[in-house]
Amino acid sequence: MTTPAELPVNSNSDVVLVRQHVRTTAIDVGLSLVDQTKVVTAASELARNALVYAGGGQVRVEIVHNGIRKGLRLVFSDEGPGIPDIEQALTDGWTTGGGLGLGLSGSRRLVDEFDLKSAPGEGTLITVTKWAR
Amino acid sequence: MGVTLSVPTDAGRRRIEELLQENEERVLKRWLEIAGSSSSSHVDRSSLAGQLRELYQALRQSLDGSGDSDLRGLLAELSRSRARQGFTPTETAVVVFGLKEALYESIETDGSPEALRGFIWFSQLIDDLGLLTMENYAAAREKVIIDQAEQLLELSTPVVKLWEGIVAVPLVGTLDSARTQVVMEKLLQTLVDTGSEHAVIDITGVPAVDTQVAQHLLKTVVAARLMGAECVISGIRPQIAHTIVTLGIEFGDIVTKASLADALAHALRESGVEFVSRKTRVAVRTEED
Repeated sequence: MTTPAELPVNSNSDVVLVRQHVRTTAIDVGLSLVDQTKVVTAASELARNALVYAGGGQVRVEIVHNGIRKGLRLVFSDEGPGIPDIEQALTDGWTTGGGLGLGLSGSRRLVDEFDLKSAPGEGTLITVTKWAR
Repeated sequence: MGVTLSVPTDAGRRRIEELLQENEERVLKRWLEIAGSSSSSHVDRSSLAGQLRELYQALRQSLDGSGDSDLRGLLAELSRSRARQGFTPTETAVVVFGLKEALYESIETDGSPEALRGFIWFSQLIDDLGLLTMENYAAAREKVIIDQAEQLLELSTPVVKLWEGIVAVPLVGTLDSARTQVVMEKLLQTLVDTGSEHAVIDITGVPAVDTQVAQHLLKTVVAARLMGAECVISGIRPQIAHTIVTLGIEFGDIVTKASLADALAHALRESGVEFVSRKTRVAVRTEED
């Protein structure tokens, strides 16, 4: 699976499909069992965020290379209301949706690289990368 | 449209009806060949012949004007049964569309302009029936999926009694809101029914624990506590433990164990049951003597 895959996130069952796809790709990349579980969990969090807060979006799953290292990159994009205060959104325990408030901040800790671009009214773009050890 | 054509539609339709009557055996035989050849091996030829004959009769009756509810009913039944038996959409549709080809051979032999004009009308009729078949086929498939999803929801949430006063819920697969709801209701009801004071929630079969799953688990534990029962969460595998810590989820004072056996041992200890191995018991007895 070298070609990037674009998956829609429009329902709870889509979140499950994203998780399954990320898991198979993570195995292809050669991530350890712990790292597989971490990146799958991060994918689950971010996909659900897109679903709950933006009403849906999509995710691109691709394999990236850095020299001889292989990694898994996930790009979540949505056209939702965007995040007004990114600093606050990344604080542990902060939630506007009645969750635990750990999805976004926890996901950042679960992956190696985390990039969040968002502005009110302009949707949200989150890029995360997990490198194989 | 009728102005430019030398043959009126009615005449064409009458001719088709006549042809359907005159060549019944020939058309049926050809129809059976077409419908039978495209379907794979799991077709019972004699029952297919029976179905086609029935459809043919119903079609002629509906053309006579004695109502077409029977024809539609038969078609719906055919597509439903085919969907359930695992036929492909093509295999199902070809049964209907095959009649067009089967009749066309009779029309070629006839060769009259009425028959050709009528064939256009007949084509449209068969197309409509084909679409109807597909709609029924899709509906039947969806019904199968919905039934299975419901069965899965029922099947995947058993509450088992491990010991007097100890029940367990082995969770397998994805925990979404709908499933957690079912699990929680079943667990709480079982706690009441059995008067149990200990519950073990085993998550060995849950592939990933994200914040939503964790929140659902926490809520279930709190609800059980409100009813006076203590919950132990078991089956936390190393990679799940790692992930939970990194995510920053706090399980607070909830007892968690690596395996179901550990959780059972904990619950037994809590409820005051002590295990003594047989050897020790013998030793104790000799001491008493």
